[in-house]
Amino acid sequence: MDVSQYLDIFLDEAKEHLQNLNTQVLELEQDSENMDTINEIFRAAHSLKGMAGTMGYKRMQTLTHDMENVFSEVRTGNIKVNAGMIDVLFQCLDALEEYIGNIQDSADEGENDNEHLIKELNHILETMGGEEAPSAEAPAAESTVAEAPADNAMEKWSQIELKADDKKRVEEAAAAGKNIYGVTVYVQESCLLKAARAFLVFKAIEESGEIICANPAVQDIEDERFGFDFSLIISSDAELDKVLKSIKEISEIADAFGGVYEEEVAEETEEGEDAGQEIVAVKNEVAKKEPASAPSKNTEKKSGNKPQVNRTVRVDIEKLNVLMNLVSELIIAKNSLVSSATTTENNQAFNEQIEYLESVTTNLHESVMKVRMVPIESVVNKFPRMIRDLSKQLGKQMELYMSGEETELDRTVVDEIGDPLMHLLRNSADHGLESAEVRMERGKPVSGSIFLDAYQEGNNVVIEVRDDGNGIDTEKVRQKAIDRGIMTPEQAAAASDDEIISLLFLPSFSTAKQVSDVSGRGVGLDVVKSKIEALSGEVEVKTKLGEGTTFTVRLPLTLAIIQALMVVVGNEKYAISLGNIQTIEDIEPGEIKTVQSREVIHLRGTVIPIIRLENVLDVESTRNPEENMVVVIVKKGDKLAGLVIDELIGQQEIVIKSMGKYINKCKFISGATILGDGEIALILDANALF
Amino acid sequence: MANELSTNFSEIIQFIVINIGDEQYGIDIKYIDNIVRMQNITRVPKVPCYLKGVINLRGEVIPVMSLRLKMDLEDDEITKDTRIIIIKLDQHEPIGIIVDSVREVVNIDMSLVEKVGLENRDDTSYVQGIGKQGEALISLLDLNAVLQE
Repeated sequence: MDVSQYLDIFLDEAKEHLQNLNTQVLELEQDSENMDTINEIFRAAHSLKGMAGTMGYKRMQTLTHDMENVFSEVRTGNIKVNAGMIDVLFQCLDALEEYIGNIQDSADEGENDNEHLIKELNHILETMGGEEAPSAEAPAAESTVAEAPADNAMEKWSQIELKADDKKRVEEAAAAGKNIYGVTVYVQESCLLKAARAFLVFKAIEESGEIICANPAVQDIEDERFGFDFSLIISSDAELDKVLKSIKEISEIADAFGGVYEEEVAEETEEGEDAGQEIVAVKNEVAKKEPASAPSKNTEKKSGNKPQVNRTVRVDIEKLNVLMNLVSELIIAKNSLVSSATTTENNQAFNEQIEYLESVTTNLHESVMKVRMVPIESVVNKFPRMIRDLSKQLGKQMELYMSGEETELDRTVVDEIGDPLMHLLRNSADHGLESAEVRMERGKPVSGSIFLDAYQEGNNVVIEVRDDGNGIDTEKVRQKAIDRGIMTPEQAAAASDDEIISLLFLPSFSTAKQVSDVSGRGVGLDVVKSKIEALSGEVEVKTKLGEGTTFTVRLPLTLAIIQALMVVVGNEKYAISLGNIQTIEDIEPGEIKTVQSREVIHLRGTVIPIIRLENVLDVESTRNPEENMVVVIVKKGDKLAGLVIDELIGQQEIVIKSMGKYINKCKFISGATILGDGEIALILDANALF
Repeated sequence: MANELSTNFSEIIQFIVINIGDEQYGIDIKYIDNIVRMQNITRVPKVPCYLKGVINLRGEVIPVMSLRLKMDLEDDEITKDTRIIIIKLDQHEPIGIIVDSVREVVNIDMSLVEKVGLENRDDTSYVQGIGKQGEALISLLDLNAVLQE
């Protein structure tokens, strides 16, 4: 079967499982007795193995299989979790990640067998072998149940365990001269009403025969509690091909596999019961001894995982983009209706409808935006593991405390934010936190703390990466700036600490004396900065020598539609994002002073530099120089600036449109928007004006 | 040089003939997305002078270039005949080109296109050949060169 079409889903789910494994193993390291965690690990490893097997990735399957064996021993209490084992497990997870990475790049898992890992896993199993005896059956059974799909990945019916009364029915049916078949039906992943399809399958089968047993149980199938396949043991008068054909004819059924159900298999297992060593035998033995528990375990597994699948729909981000564009169009159309409504005669009914339309479009916009929002959890989840590894690698004790993982951001932003945050965390771990000795000297707890806090603030999401380490040594940075020839000694001496710290964001500026594996290659903060700015966000540093450093990343909630202030400069309309604006001031021309040949105003105790937009934008101002000026105070981090404009229009919801690369050479124009009257206004990026 | 074109042996290509001053230029019809009337252009600061700004084409923001300024001719004089031709090249965002007027669609036999006499012209780099339509000569625009920054 061609599985390439499932590759995306496989990758998505495999990554999810892997992330889950990482989180859980980390938890296990903290609390090695937690059965929930162990069960969850087992489940995730098992699913991963099944998926890898189905997709034909043998190496990945072998590795997960061996991991699963270890977990199953842990689950039964035969093996105690220890640090060495956790390390091996993490290495295995890394190896799996490599496989998945390879698969993503080339649809091939690569050549690495990771034999040493498999050996180590087996070693763990062997060394604990002595204690294994008392309850050897159960774990062995677990692993074999899981192994079945690997042997015959597509024909899952072969792993159905018949209950006693089912067996009887099989025997009766066989005695009556009917054929006994095992069938596995695959429903298309896009199918919406799986239960309905399954029902049609049942109906098709029942035309010529009878269903003896199903996996998952018939009730579960009818309640849609199954993945994308289910297996049946049926008795039928018809031939297998015919039965399969009738199933495949049902729409939205991807495929169906079947075979004659061999009674001998059952018999053989009965013989093997005594042997107890043979894998197949053990499996059936358990099935016999605990006829009820095995299937129920199965359904429990299913119900543990599946509801999530049913509650959510995976949607291609492209489709959402199209939807978002349409909403944008609608808002533009609405804006133009609003603007024509204000110019035409007052018609109450018309205006009411316009207002209604306005509220509908706003709600629609919010809903579509919400659909695109995903919690940053998916990104930050991998950090605890990373910090753990860094801690070992750097020989420093450290803890990561995270909060606000549920904070939501636009999907496109979330996809991009992982790397910059990782850089910041590595930076804190490597440069920020001191060594244990230094920390003790300074009377700090030996174990360093790194905090990652995310929260929403107005139209922005703020992510703070904070550590209680050394803080940035501005003197060192100053010296370095001089050494590197970035500043003259005089300049360096005159520069404020903030200015010095901002040097850290220059390309190839690293203060670590030694280049370590972790960071300090000088590719870090500048990349962080450019990446975050590409997302229309900003990054800010606060530091106190000896006490720690805080990096604050501020990101817009959405990239497509913003609230903006519309202004006029020299007969041209411009939009300034409301997020940048602090206040709007009315300033007399006489209040403008000149300091170091720059125009400033003194506003409530703060000196604010003035930027005359007409100069920046190369237009003739229409303002009367004698009159008071409207000054829009914008902020970037701690800095303020006053933008002199000619006229205020007001606040408006605008749709950001790209102007294309061809014409967008101007760094302080971040895009364009279409106004209600169809005219275009450019969007000023206040951040770029500083 | 003529050999280059002989590969298109007796291939007929449709061109739209436009006027810039007294000169007639041809634009390969397959690259033309749309022809719209002159409309309000929003100026964009800090760009080369031949980039006039951006227009709103059914909700899309499209940059507009003056062919005259790009060819170092005098600035456009907007009349009722002035048109913006929206060009869409492969791997290029759509872009509008301002022309004095649009005349007609012609079929030009590529085997008869000549490259003679181009050396002495100012706009050489933007013209890929001279097509003949009856008595009239049509300079065929090399759009890649025109859109080259």
